[in-house]
Amino acid sequence: MASPAPTQANDARDLAWFQDKLAQFLIFIGGISGIVLIISIFVFVSREGIGFLGTLDVGEFFTSPAWRPTSENPTYGALALMAGTASVTGLAMLVSIPLSLGAAIYIGEFAKGKTREVLKILTEMLAAIPSVVWGFIGLSLMNEFIIDTFNVPVGLNVLNAGIILGLMAAPIMTTIAEDALKAVPDEYRAAAEAMGATRWQVIWKVVVPAAKNGLVAAVLLGVGRGFGETMAVLMASGHSINLPSSPFDSVRALTATIAAELGETAVGSDHYQALFFLGIFLFVVTFLINLTADLVVRGIREQ
Amino acid sequence: MSLFAATPQTIKDRKVENRVKWALGLVTAVLVLPVLVILTTLVIKGGPAISMDFLFSEPTNGMTEGGIFPALVGTVWLVVCALCFSVPVGVAAALYLSEYAPDNWITRALNLAIINLAGVPSIVHALFGVGAFVIFADFGTSILAASLTLAVMTLPLIIVSTRESLQAVPMAFREACWNMGATRWQTIRRVVLPNSVSGILTGVILEVSRTAGETAPIMFTGAAFFLPFLPQTVWDQTMAMSLHLFVISTQVPDVPDELPYGVALVLIGMVLCMNALSIGFRTWLRGRRKW
Repeated sequence: MASPAPTQANDARDLAWFQDKLAQFLIFIGGISGIVLIISIFVFVSREGIGFLGTLDVGEFFTSPAWRPTSENPTYGALALMAGTASVTGLAMLVSIPLSLGAAIYIGEFAKGKTREVLKILTEMLAAIPSVVWGFIGLSLMNEFIIDTFNVPVGLNVLNAGIILGLMAAPIMTTIAEDALKAVPDEYRAAAEAMGATRWQVIWKVVVPAAKNGLVAAVLLGVGRGFGETMAVLMASGHSINLPSSPFDSVRALTATIAAELGETAVGSDHYQALFFLGIFLFVVTFLINLTADLVVRGIREQ
Repeated sequence: MSLFAATPQTIKDRKVENRVKWALGLVTAVLVLPVLVILTTLVIKGGPAISMDFLFSEPTNGMTEGGIFPALVGTVWLVVCALCFSVPVGVAAALYLSEYAPDNWITRALNLAIINLAGVPSIVHALFGVGAFVIFADFGTSILAASLTLAVMTLPLIIVSTRESLQAVPMAFREACWNMGATRWQTIRRVVLPNSVSGILTGVILEVSRTAGETAPIMFTGAAFFLPFLPQTVWDQTMAMSLHLFVISTQVPDVPDELPYGVALVLIGMVLCMNALSIGFRTWLRGRRKW
């Protein structure tokens, strides 16, 4: 009898080979789930909200502040909601940009040993506080504080939500900014110090310019975070439709509107579709913010 | 004047440096101070409300009295069910990205998708949960729909942290194993995973702490304002700690002051305990790593 063909004898397709292929297949399925999910989020939110395009008056949506979905002649003007989100996020950035960049420089470049560890853990704790607890803080502590300090009748306003949101966004911005500072090669610092520069001169003239893109990305991600925050804004902003003219005006945010109204709408109604349409709008804007942040970060790697 | 004496310019520079250092230290203190203020206030105002009775009895009298037991149990249900979905998928995705993925357009698209998934607002996840799980998959408002929504939301966090711990395993470990004739899967199973499992766990614990505190994604997918009984299956609705805090602090009139503080204290206590566990684990890990 002829011996088996050599190709067959060398065939390594044993049990281990099949297990390997099976594992590879399963892991690949898990791997592409990220893409599948991001597409399906868009698909499912659009599926419910796309019907609104028929009723939608684009001009009204972007220029009218009248969001009256439950009146007899419902109008869907989202301008006041956008103004609410923008004013709260804007104020939040005024709070969080100096705090987080300052803290990142201090923790990353000045603090040492124990102090550094303690500060890092405290920032992580700040990041861990759930948004509904932040909202409750806004409702109770900040509310009282603002009423007492500024002598105003109601403390639930742009100022309250802005400060809360700023504190919420700051820890994540600090972490990303600190990573960006850490990514600057030590040779840069050594070279500048060898020229007789003080530590601050090194940071200000060498490290910060070199880490610029990462710092910008940190700020952008903070903006995205503030823009998309829901519960804290819902509870702290006062939730009344307003084009704010001062930090003491109550406002209503895009996210908060969805959270407050979705429970009361009939599936498939105009109002329901309008809320999903706001969701599409939020999704697209945050997608663009994140994409920009990603491109900015990639800018550093290419240098 | 000796050669190495400080010139007036150097003295001025040092003064500036000192001032900047103090100013930045102050800024950092302002950033972390709220943690201490919030924790102390919650403990002072919410502490008196907490008792065994508070933890293990139902809310009564229109949620103005009684305890939080159904909400506590509900949060545990939601977190555990969410983990059952997000851990296998998240670890598989991280394994793919770290161990298999070639550097091509799919991988780049995947990375971009994960970054964006992490940035999608929680309320949009809620809408997705309603559209995909409650309506399309017809799970109704149930623990299943709510925990799937939570799982999708926390998936990017778990993928990123797992990928980091996988990549901390040195390449030489894998190469040594391949050279012995092991397949890719044998290498992952016997070398890569055992060496990274504690790092993966750290990420999972962190995810638990995040999931427990989320409110918006479960509001319309499975969490109920008030249910006097405990959930029996994944098809039931449930109360949850986070939503309970929202409800009693905004929707229910005449709630005594210490009640929401007590709920907030328990919620933040759960979250911070998980976080402390994760931080402790990470520190222990750093000390133990041999390479």
